[in-house]
Amino acid sequence: MTRGVSGRGRLARWWDLVAMLAWRDIRIKYKQSVMGFLWAILMPALVVGAGVAVQYGLGWYAGRQVDTRNLAAVAVKSVPWAFFVASLRFATNSLIANSELVTKVYLPREVFPVAAVLSQFADFGVASLVLIVILAFTGVGASVALVWVPLLVLGLVALCLGLGMFLSAAALFFRDVKYLVDVVITFAVFFTPVFYPVEIFGRHASAALLNPVAPLLVGLAGAVVGGRPPDPGWTAYALGVAAACCAGGVLAFRRLEPWFAERI
Amino acid sequence: MDDTTVAVEHVSKKFRRGELHDSLRDLVPALVRRAVRRTGRPELAPREFWALDDVSFTVGRGEALGVVGGNGAGKSTLLKLLGRILRPTRGAVRIHGRLSALIEVSAGFHPDLTGRENVYLYGTILGMSRQDIRRRFDAIVGFSGLEEFMDTPVKRYSSGMFARLGFSVAAHVDPDVLLVDEVLSVGDLVFQRRCMERMREVIRQGTTVLFVSHNLRAVNDLCSRALLLDHGRVTAAGAPAEVTQAYLLASLAGRRDVDGRDAHIARITVRGADGPRTLFQAGERAWVDVELAARTACERLSVSLVVQDGNAQQVFDTSTERLGQRPIDLQAGGIFRCSVQLDLHLAPGTFHLGAILKRYDIEREYDRWAPAASIVIESDRDVRGVANLYPRVVAFEPGPAPPGSGRP
Repeated sequence: MTRGVSGRGRLARWWDLVAMLAWRDIRIKYKQSVMGFLWAILMPALVVGAGVAVQYGLGWYAGRQVDTRNLAAVAVKSVPWAFFVASLRFATNSLIANSELVTKVYLPREVFPVAAVLSQFADFGVASLVLIVILAFTGVGASVALVWVPLLVLGLVALCLGLGMFLSAAALFFRDVKYLVDVVITFAVFFTPVFYPVEIFGRHASAALLNPVAPLLVGLAGAVVGGRPPDPGWTAYALGVAAACCAGGVLAFRRLEPWFAERI
Repeated sequence: MDDTTVAVEHVSKKFRRGELHDSLRDLVPALVRRAVRRTGRPELAPREFWALDDVSFTVGRGEALGVVGGNGAGKSTLLKLLGRILRPTRGAVRIHGRLSALIEVSAGFHPDLTGRENVYLYGTILGMSRQDIRRRFDAIVGFSGLEEFMDTPVKRYSSGMFARLGFSVAAHVDPDVLLVDEVLSVGDLVFQRRCMERMREVIRQGTTVLFVSHNLRAVNDLCSRALLLDHGRVTAAGAPAEVTQAYLLASLAGRRDVDGRDAHIARITVRGADGPRTLFQAGERAWVDVELAARTACERLSVSLVVQDGNAQQVFDTSTERLGQRPIDLQAGGIFRCSVQLDLHLAPGTFHLGAILKRYDIEREYDRWAPAASIVIESDRDVRGVANLYPRVVAFEPGPAPPGSGRP
């Protein structure tokens, strides 16, 4: 009796949907723009540029020479940070932006925030490739510590997914969430060691690292630029928070999903 | 094997009128209020209402169920519950097999993408795999008749093209259960006919179809069963002809509010030579009596008489003005009687009569009461349609037709 569905599992359909929606978002983003896909490189490049400018500024103020290693570290931290920020913004809006689909057709609704994160991840991938090329030229490069990179990136993605699911559902019920997320994200860059090393906090460095994104970024910079493995304690903490976030996000999403169509 | 594909069991759905608290600022007082009066909450809080109230039915495999009812009767809510978009307040909806919905196509399309890209996007949303879509792509595009526009962004499509492409994708999903919400009215006549044929084909292939429509003729044509919803309750269920009939009768029995009118139609009755009745033989003579009443003085009135077929399509109309009668002038509180004689050269079936009260010169409509009465026509000849041309076969033999009857 169940024609069609028997051949293909739920998971395959789920993945088809996520991939298709992510593809749609990527496609739309660069359609009818002169620069097209170059934006995927330009946006993080601007963020990196801002970070480098901050570095120079700080260096000038302190009267020290700016170290290329510091600049490289800023670049390595800015690209994932840009991904984190864009993912959260985009995922938070994903259900509202797709309200037509939420109210008219039944889909497993978590595909919307997941696809939002995935489409941003594609940009992140392109930007990372460019960054790798630049780093290779500047001679900052390969070490055994690079094996930690996938794990740290995975932690960041998990954090995006968990927060994205929770925030997208919350934004659907309360439009305030959208604005709150915007404000928090705008100021978060000051409290996250993106444009400066975490040591700048001095005695309060631990407090700064409580922000789960911080250990991941610091770990990434350390592994790529410094060639040293990330701090095990803080990394475990960040990954734990990411996993908890993911689980909590999924649970909250599941609980709220039946009311989506009514409350949108 | 149990052949039930859709089972709706005592389903109720509660909605609330007015705005919900949508910002955090409104939430806090709402939560406080809720915490304060926890005990003894009534079934229906103020402003709440039942959009569906204890609805039960089942649909078997390959069956087509039509759902009719006025605006706000709960038809769309029912489809959304079946489509798992909403969850019932009470009761359960059970669906066996893959479900697809043909509900407002615009949802799945993105205007910036081309026709081709949208076929893949919408197809995926409706549950097809990439291979499924690739395999059926030509059929989908062929069905829509939009081959040349596949590489054009759909934002440049006309609304008809848009809807046609959407329907074409949805019609090729091949689900076990298909929900159709008033979408067959898109496109031109050719496309509409193609849609109806496709629906029939889908039903023949064993798909269960739930069809919501105001087009009673389509319901009668497609469905094997129908149900009538009224204010969230099932008020009639059974053969489509009977249910659509019940719907029309219910809508004609509806409250007629004549209070604010300067002049209105007070009564419409149909009678034969022997007095009021509803059953007539084809070709028989009938009289329609219309009584007018005026609250204030009205002048230069005319009465139009309309006849509708069983699907509420108008098939005949006339008016006292066009029949050469003088304008009617009414005093305040005056009453006027107008009887029109009709020869009922109609095909067998049910017809509805009604009247419209208008002013002669300016097109002001004082009252419209259609349908107001129903009649059933019987005929010894098995003809279908609306008109009865009393066919009689006069030649039935081998040989050519008389000259002049061929194609020019």
